[in-house]
Amino acid sequence: MKAARRLFAAAATAAALMLAGSAGWAAEKPREPESRDWSFSGMFGKYDRAELQRGYLVYKEVCAACHSVEQLAFRNLREIGFSEEEATAIASEFTVRDGPDDSGEYYDREALLSDHLPEPYENENEARAANNGAFPPDLSLIVRSRRGGPDFLYALLAGYEDPPDGLELADGMSYNPYFTGTQIAMPPPLFEDMVEYADGTAASVEQMSSDVAAFLYWAAVPELEDRNRLGLQVMIFLALLTVLFYFVKRRVWRDVH
Amino acid sequence: MSGAAKREYKNGFVRWVEYRLPIFSAADAIVGRDYPSPKNLNYLWNLGSILGLALVIQIITGIFLAFYYIPTAEQAFNSVEHIMRNVNNGWLLRYVHANGASLFFAAVYIHMIRAHYYGSYKAPRELLWLIGLAIFALMMATAFMGYVLPWGQMSFWAATVITNLFTAIPLIGDSVTIWLWGGFSVDTPTLQRFYSLHYLFPFIIAGLVMMHIWALHTHGSSNPLGIEVKGPQDTIPFHPYYTAKDLVGFGVFLLILAFFVFYQPVYFSHPDQFKPADPLVTPPNIVPEWYFLPFYAILRSIPDKLLGVVGFVSSILVLFFLPYLDTSKVRSAKYRPVFRQFFFIFLADVVILGFVGANPPEGAWLVIGRLASAYYFIHFLVILPLVGWFERTKPLPESISTPVLGDAGGGAAKPEPAE
Amino acid sequence: MSTTQPDEKVTRRDFLYIATGGVTVVGAALAGWAIIDSMNPAANILALSTVEIDLSPVEEGQSLTVVWRGKPIFVRNRTAEEIAQAVAEDSDNMKDPQNDADRVQQPQWLVMIGICTHLGCIPLGQKFSDPKGEFGGWFCPCHGSHYDTSGRIRKGPAPTNLEIPEYAFLDDTRIKIG
Repeated sequence: MKAARRLFAAAATAAALMLAGSAGWAAEKPREPESRDWSFSGMFGKYDRAELQRGYLVYKEVCAACHSVEQLAFRNLREIGFSEEEATAIASEFTVRDGPDDSGEYYDREALLSDHLPEPYENENEARAANNGAFPPDLSLIVRSRRGGPDFLYALLAGYEDPPDGLELADGMSYNPYFTGTQIAMPPPLFEDMVEYADGTAASVEQMSSDVAAFLYWAAVPELEDRNRLGLQVMIFLALLTVLFYFVKRRVWRDVH
Repeated sequence: MSGAAKREYKNGFVRWVEYRLPIFSAADAIVGRDYPSPKNLNYLWNLGSILGLALVIQIITGIFLAFYYIPTAEQAFNSVEHIMRNVNNGWLLRYVHANGASLFFAAVYIHMIRAHYYGSYKAPRELLWLIGLAIFALMMATAFMGYVLPWGQMSFWAATVITNLFTAIPLIGDSVTIWLWGGFSVDTPTLQRFYSLHYLFPFIIAGLVMMHIWALHTHGSSNPLGIEVKGPQDTIPFHPYYTAKDLVGFGVFLLILAFFVFYQPVYFSHPDQFKPADPLVTPPNIVPEWYFLPFYAILRSIPDKLLGVVGFVSSILVLFFLPYLDTSKVRSAKYRPVFRQFFFIFLADVVILGFVGANPPEGAWLVIGRLASAYYFIHFLVILPLVGWFERTKPLPESISTPVLGDAGGGAAKPEPAE
Repeated sequence: MSTTQPDEKVTRRDFLYIATGGVTVVGAALAGWAIIDSMNPAANILALSTVEIDLSPVEEGQSLTVVWRGKPIFVRNRTAEEIAQAVAEDSDNMKDPQNDADRVQQPQWLVMIGICTHLGCIPLGQKFSDPKGEFGGWFCPCHGSHYDTSGRIRKGPAPTNLEIPEYAFLDDTRIKIG
């Protein structure tokens, strides 16, 4: 009897511990990002050039301080509606290291269209040293490498909140309910009117988050418009071809039964 | 193959070539007028030619991707991005290759399940089945090594986990694994040998496919009724009848492939695959590509390293014994009511194993995974032999041309069922 | 198949087969082109198609070789004698007649693709010590083509003059090629 009671007590304790454990786990579970309507979603999705250019501005003014987009070259900016001259002008604001020259020296020069966007840090170690041990990831494929893609990115950037009561934030961390573990090393990056849009759009945090998420979607999926256009043609062609094959088959088989 | 040794060709050029190299009569014998096929094959018999098409698509796109891909740990990831961003139609080639692999497996699974349902592997077609399994095994190896090439996080950790299976071999496991790696961890030497073999294996597969077709032609296709062809009234020439029918299958396959390539190109991929490989950070939940999930589930459901690997390997090896474990003399499930039930239970079991493989081995998934793994082996080792011995099968039709006999179901009356 | 069919049916059947065959061939050709096109220069290669050259360190009588699209570009600061010789020989019998004035933007600067038009070797003549051929310009060692001080083919198997790339003077001492 005693043994049975002890067993029961042990089982209850174990169950309570498991529950507590799972509750603790649940608290750290990130919030699901809301699904948003992007100009590029769906089978006929297209990029909104003005949105992407605003997004590039946000990236350049804010994100680029810590994050690279190493897969992008300045020439790619022509794909989001900048003219050749504008893209060249943007590139010439940056210097890149080149060389060695005839005397064997490395030298800095103005960036050209063929250069990739410069990276904020020389290497990962420098990046970690400058960011409290955290490594700001490259953003070239960030919408592909995070579940939820641009929805997640928007939710994350616009979703910083005060931590709930009783949650101790680790040193240098910020509370973001959308981030795995809800504590993120990136401090809230966007504040109202941080950038000045050339087209006069009001630079709210939501606007900037949305623009930069769209820009980074393009950075990861530059082939989207080509793919959608070609896809429609190929699907129509193959549908026609399959119907033709089907009629050919029917005709060939007409006298078999 | 008999009876048409002397075929007269009308075209003069054809005759000239045929006299010197009898390539046209050979083609007629393989896929042409001199290859009599049962006239009742349904659309499930399209998968063979679809698989041939898939292999060709993979080889062609692969060759062109190889022009740009660089197999080093430093450059592999970026060279793939280079293909995606800079190479003309590079994204198209890569998406066709990646999604083509998934659909290749979808097709091969339907092909194998069809063989199981209709008992296609029974005498005298056992060797046909075994060659097919050899192709399947090589396909798995090829696909696995191909998945490693982009050198994303999933590539790297898939390579690490799967090669670590070899450490489970007693005594020599560690040495074998180091030999496989060409180093002390997965790195450039591993990547380069995987690349080389990934390029080589498809051509070995192509050779095996020829043997597969050769074996197939020796006794002809099996058919949905599972009875042998009794005479010419039961057959039609492969061409034009089945070439025309196969083209319909090609169209449907290409439509499905195009849908994924153009509209869901990363549906079968994983977010972690878009992060460059990091040998110091393991993703929280490593999952293989969907087509390995059932086998992966079996591997993880056994809590012992060596036995897990043994279970994993056995789950594929057991398929090699299928022609002998399935003891029934009747081939088609159409006339095997009890087997038919167990067949669908088995299908459900494999699907469940797939879901188990996709989820972390914890809590309910662990229990379900163990039960489903056990059932997988029970199906082959216990149920199939017993059902074969004790089942009362329905009466078989006399021939393909006169399939209705006694109380055989209405469906059997149609020589060409809808599915 | 059956020989008793009315002609109309045969025609319609043939039309279906021909249409299907035609559509298939067109599709295969387009797919084939998409695949073959992937071997054409990629976007990053095309982006490297311009290069800027600083001419200021090249003294009179000196030559400079730079790389553009993976090819050598010969830039020569020609002496007055070389210019005079090139102009004087304009009326000579040539395989590929061309006036020197048509080959330069500023007579002092000769800019050419330094690849022999015969079979793609790189002619000698850029360095002081190089053999310059019988006409004082460049000499291709592979099969003995002689180019004059304007880069025109004067003797040997090469069919045409050394090619002039597209270039423009950005200012007095800088040119942009491509």
